[in-house]
Amino acid sequence: MAYRTYSLLGAFVLLRAFGNLSLAWGTKHFPETLAANPLVYLRAMVSPLVTLGIAMLILAMLLRMAILGVADLSFVLPLTAVGYVFAALLGKFILHEDVTPERWVGTALIFLGAALVGSTPQDTTPDIAKGRGEAK
Amino acid sequence: MTWLLLSIVIAATAASDLLQSYEMKRMEPQQVDGRGLARLLKTIARRHYLILSIACLAVSFFSFMALVQTAPLSFAVPASAGSFIVETILAKVVLKEHVGTRRAAGSLVVLAGIVLLAR
Repeated sequence: MAYRTYSLLGAFVLLRAFGNLSLAWGTKHFPETLAANPLVYLRAMVSPLVTLGIAMLILAMLLRMAILGVADLSFVLPLTAVGYVFAALLGKFILHEDVTPERWVGTALIFLGAALVGSTPQDTTPDIAKGRGEAK
Repeated sequence: MTWLLLSIVIAATAASDLLQSYEMKRMEPQQVDGRGLARLLKTIARRHYLILSIACLAVSFFSFMALVQTAPLSFAVPASAGSFIVETILAKVVLKEHVGTRRAAGSLVVLAGIVLLAR
């Protein structure tokens, strides 16, 4: 149960990180500025990298909804913060962004915080409150 | 414009997360294979809070698209987690989840990291 939950969380974090990367890459190379005009969004969404990013993010969202069915939101939220580390790494090494020492310290803090949270129980809400009844 | 887009992303994400978690907790645990995901899609169509949650997610997503077009990825992603601590508090207050000392401390350390990343 715990192993499965952590595996799903890992898959979710990777899908979201690479989905965001694809989306960022696609939008940065899109010639028009995204603003309030829905047509510009539609044109951007059919460009290959943006489409790929959106597909990965939708799959990540469905995975996360399933995870939220078996684990608390306050457990899932901090653990998925590991995704910010991936964002910094992908930004630095693939998009060649300037990641300052402060940002790397922030990355280390996120690892520490995620480790603290990962050692707490995953599901603390009583079953009756969830409408699942007493039998399990 | 960057901060306006960021504020919209944060507000819409927080609303979406709370609605999703509330509705999913009322159901049986979902299987995460092909059939499970298909059933999940059918379930979404029947659950109003889930539809509202997805609407909030759409607002958040389109704002994020505009944000990430001009801001660095290594800023936009961590900064969008500004809703983090608010969501943890709301999880306790609204969803009645138990947020113990260790989990709260971990959340605060993660938040401190996010603040540094976003500077």
